[in-house]
Amino acid sequence: MSDEPGYEFVEGATSDLAFVAHGPTLEAVFAAAAEALLAATVEVPDSVERRERRSVTLEEPDLELLLLRFLNELVYLRDAEDLLLHPDRISVTQNSGARLESELAGERIDPGRHLLATDVKAATAHGLHVTPTSDGWTAAATLDV
Amino acid sequence: MFPPVRCPPLVRGIRQRTTAPSAGWKEQRIRELLDALAARVPAGVGRRGFVRIDRDEFRAVLTQGARWAVQHSYGWPEDLRRTEAGGCFVGARPECVSERAIERGYRQIGTLGSGNHYLEIQVLHADGIFDEDLARAFGLDLPEQVVIMFHCGSRGFGHQVASDYLHAFLRAMPSEFGLPIIDRELACAPFASQEGRDYLAAMCCAANMSFANRQVILHRIREVFSEIFRRAPEQLGIRMVYDVAHNTAKLEQHEVGGSMRTLLVHRKGATRAFPPGHPELPEEYQETGQPVIIGGSMETGSYVLAGVPAGEASFYGTAHGSGRTMSRTRARKLVRGHELRERMEARGILVRSASYRGLAEEAGFAYKSVDEVAEATKLAGLSRRVAHLVPVANVKG
Repeated sequence: MSDEPGYEFVEGATSDLAFVAHGPTLEAVFAAAAEALLAATVEVPDSVERRERRSVTLEEPDLELLLLRFLNELVYLRDAEDLLLHPDRISVTQNSGARLESELAGERIDPGRHLLATDVKAATAHGLHVTPTSDGWTAAATLDV
Repeated sequence: MFPPVRCPPLVRGIRQRTTAPSAGWKEQRIRELLDALAARVPAGVGRRGFVRIDRDEFRAVLTQGARWAVQHSYGWPEDLRRTEAGGCFVGARPECVSERAIERGYRQIGTLGSGNHYLEIQVLHADGIFDEDLARAFGLDLPEQVVIMFHCGSRGFGHQVASDYLHAFLRAMPSEFGLPIIDRELACAPFASQEGRDYLAAMCCAANMSFANRQVILHRIREVFSEIFRRAPEQLGIRMVYDVAHNTAKLEQHEVGGSMRTLLVHRKGATRAFPPGHPELPEEYQETGQPVIIGGSMETGSYVLAGVPAGEASFYGTAHGSGRTMSRTRARKLVRGHELRERMEARGILVRSASYRGLAEEAGFAYKSVDEVAEATKLAGLSRRVAHLVPVANVKG
């Protein structure tokens, strides 16, 4: 596995959409997971321009629940505000629990410019993990579609 | 020990309608209908519903379900009779639903969704009838009859309800209830706890949102047929066969060990199939048993079945669809959406899809054989086959 951040969709649960993300740091792997969600939603993620910004701060007891909340927050912003968002800046800290501070950038859905793919309804805890590796971090999640 | 309350990811169901104009159907007419249905029933990512209501009115929808829709002229009173629980799960409490769920849901009434959600025009051929008497009783009795079947549910709203309570249960399990977390997808709470009661009330809201969503889509289908055939829906005889939810938990009376007990029956990946004579069925289905629908892939067709007394062994639950055998990612590697569309059209199945990628994920080879699934439910004594319906046109979300 390269130490470059990235993600790939894998042949996991049959009715859902599973992916694995990886990166040299926790921040990179959370960002890769957010990009995977965007790639599930729109066929060309680069077509989503950075016109609007949102800040999201979350706290959970552990890294897995933090990733789950983060992905579901992005799903919520898409449904409630029509926003497709890239992760721009992410910080993840662990003390007694896990905390994420993020800056997200993107724009409202425009079917004329965005080739829309899957209406992800939620990220689920199925197969969820965030794990350190020899060269960084890996994470897996399943999107209910 | 209290029975656990599991979080079904959503509530959704399949509706089915019959329509009278079965003679003289030409491909052009089907294409016209398909285009109109695809244009007027919003599907895919980020689409807003055609029913415009504010957040307060949405709360009324959550309490009343399909009754709200019929009261607001989206349908006929007889539709409610032919809908599970009259289109309204009792016990829904909008105050148990988060503002975030309301925010996600209130603009989604009148949307099909995506994934495995669809609206299909089907034909009942003479050789597709397994039981003539039951088929006639269900209104499936015209030669080459056209049937509309659609599958959609509570959309992002139901998922937000599930996500909210999943997180709440996971927090409360170790601290409040002393329950170990074995699998985070199996979050639970004691049924009699505040969390458990609130979740059931919120899940009923999701069920009611799905009943209302399907009811307004039924109304839209009637409008489209009426405009194209230039006759009133009543004249066209576009009557509903049945609307039943799947992925629900319901309090029901069942006999266990010789005595009647109130049970919380979970039907996940399953749907309800009440037998003849069940008090919850409308008069017209008292002798037949409940119409049951097993949706197949968009290439292979679907089955209508009927509930049977032997279904008691499974608390009257049966399969709700043929089920996938292959991941979406694998299906996408094996076929491209536009190739699949051409292949289906060559075989007489027209397709309109919000996404070619989504279309490829739903290819027929990614699903089990619906014939085998219907046969299996018959052999297991869960329901009996009534009719096989063949797709001719499909709107995919």
